[in-house]
Amino acid sequence: MATGGRSSRSWRYVSKVLKALVILGVAVIPLVPIWSMVAWLAIQSFSKKVTLGLVPLGLSIENWRFLWSPVRAGLKEYPNIWPVTINTLLLALGVSMLVVLVSTLGGYAISRIDFKGRTLLMEFIIALHAFPSIILLIALFIILNKLGLYGKGIITLIGIAIIKAGLEIPMSTWIIKGFFDSIPWDLEWAALVDGCSRLKAWKSVILPQVLPGIAAVAIFSFLAGWSEFLLVFTYVKDETYYTLPVLLYHMIGEFKFIDWGLLAAMGLFYTIPTLLFFTLTQKVLLRIYVGGVKG
Amino acid sequence: MLAKDQYLAYLNKVLGVLKEVKTRFGRFILLTVFLTPLLTMMALAWISPVVLTIYLSFTDLNIQNLLTFNVRLTLENFGKIFKYDPFVPEVLRITVMYVTSVLFINAIYSLILSIVLAYLIRNEFLSIFLRVSWLIPRITPGIIYALMWNWFIDPRSGLLNPLLQALGVPAEWLPRSWLLQKPYSQLLMIIVNGYVGASFGMIVYTAAIKSVPDDIIHAAKVDGASDLQVARHIIIPLLKWPILFVTAWQTLSLMASYEQILMIWGSGGGGGYRGITRAAGVTVWALYSYTKAFDDFEYGYASALSLLLVIIGIALIILYFKIFGFRRLMEPSRVEV
Repeated sequence: MATGGRSSRSWRYVSKVLKALVILGVAVIPLVPIWSMVAWLAIQSFSKKVTLGLVPLGLSIENWRFLWSPVRAGLKEYPNIWPVTINTLLLALGVSMLVVLVSTLGGYAISRIDFKGRTLLMEFIIALHAFPSIILLIALFIILNKLGLYGKGIITLIGIAIIKAGLEIPMSTWIIKGFFDSIPWDLEWAALVDGCSRLKAWKSVILPQVLPGIAAVAIFSFLAGWSEFLLVFTYVKDETYYTLPVLLYHMIGEFKFIDWGLLAAMGLFYTIPTLLFFTLTQKVLLRIYVGGVKG
Repeated sequence: MLAKDQYLAYLNKVLGVLKEVKTRFGRFILLTVFLTPLLTMMALAWISPVVLTIYLSFTDLNIQNLLTFNVRLTLENFGKIFKYDPFVPEVLRITVMYVTSVLFINAIYSLILSIVLAYLIRNEFLSIFLRVSWLIPRITPGIIYALMWNWFIDPRSGLLNPLLQALGVPAEWLPRSWLLQKPYSQLLMIIVNGYVGASFGMIVYTAAIKSVPDDIIHAAKVDGASDLQVARHIIIPLLKWPILFVTAWQTLSLMASYEQILMIWGSGGGGGYRGITRAAGVTVWALYSYTKAFDDFEYGYASALSLLLVIIGIALIILYFKIFGFRRLMEPSRVEV
């Protein structure tokens, strides 16, 4: 490409600079907003005041007052954080348990039992995986209403857990199926030859082998339940049964003019489980997350 | 003697049949135990709402007859969509703009991004750090993402306006409210969703680029090809299927997505998402349908609006199966970071 030694060297230099510019412009600079947002959330939650969002002025735990005292804005008193946290936790646990139960059973059947319509079922699951469930919200509302689960407090939350689990199940069944697929047949044969029934072989020999898969699906669906916003926002109108994201949603509009610190602290409080799980299980979880249909 | 033989043979046959029945029955029980929960949940959460959406679209279900369910069958909803609703053309315009722009980010920009991350950056640690950073918008809970954006664009305490001014953008070009002023709010809608979607393309493409054999790239480099030429003549042609896949997949999920918009504009607007999304010009089709159901309580009309999305969705999925086949569609659930 280049002719002389001198121009070749300067060409190489130019191309190196160009490359660095491309890397900066495409992959680094667009991340500045994201990085600054994350930094802001952490810094703001412990500071009295911040300038330019990122320079803290004075350390303070006043922002975390929602943990021990009621939060007020004018005459309005917001629901206490702890019952709301428990609601969120119950919803997430409910979703997680249902998803694990149903998808370990279903995933095994699809992976190991030959039955009529097996391929069809697999294709159907993949199709559901691509189908955006969010547009079914209206019909799901009517179903909830007809089942008598609407506006009934904790029972509504149970209904929401069932629906959310149902929406997560095709994906998680598929993931668990993958784990079952990777267990050698011999293992199951050995158990069957030894006189186990199929059910017993499943329970005592196969299931322990897919524990990592089950754990991954459990965490994944727990986080999905923990961050579920739209179903609770749409179906729960009684403040007592709010979950954290819905409470936050209603507080942002009020407090964004007076107290970013409180919002940031609550945001961080709410994100703790997500952060925890991600740092603990990042590898498995990321692999699963990327298959999601979000966005 | 003959009678005894016949009898024994007969007995054997009966036993065989019984055994066959038993194994078949056992299999049936086994299948029932394992599959019923799955099928029930899918019927409850997916099939019945789809069927119900179709049915409701042809009814006049609203707040008055919701409890009695005393509905009238009608075609009015579709007449309203195609003729009488004065807001539909605008919603359609916004949706088309939204889907095409975000799709551009999700399919094309993320392709460039992936080439940079997986090919240009040789430092493995830097590459992983940047990839995880790009994943933040996707893995952050939606409401936190909304909260962070609400701060970032805040004209008084946010960082966006100072940053833009530092880059030399004149102060009078900047809006007083990114949420409310029209071209800015729509730009914001595209960017916010673009960040979430970019990582999907990034993951699919990065995996594909990593699987390009090193030999090919090495041979090209020995022959004096520049990085740009390698990207253009080797990597991109090999990524034909992933590009098509990301585009197809994202088209569908973008057409139906509105959660992010509802959260940012709704929370920023003090809880009432309807007025502010309309004023800001960010009411996409799916959000409009949602608003019609849960703010105007016109469930029938809202169902008709979302039925169009359901039909497009089913048609697109059938098309995907035709284009990609079953095997390729399974890929994304096994992609590695």
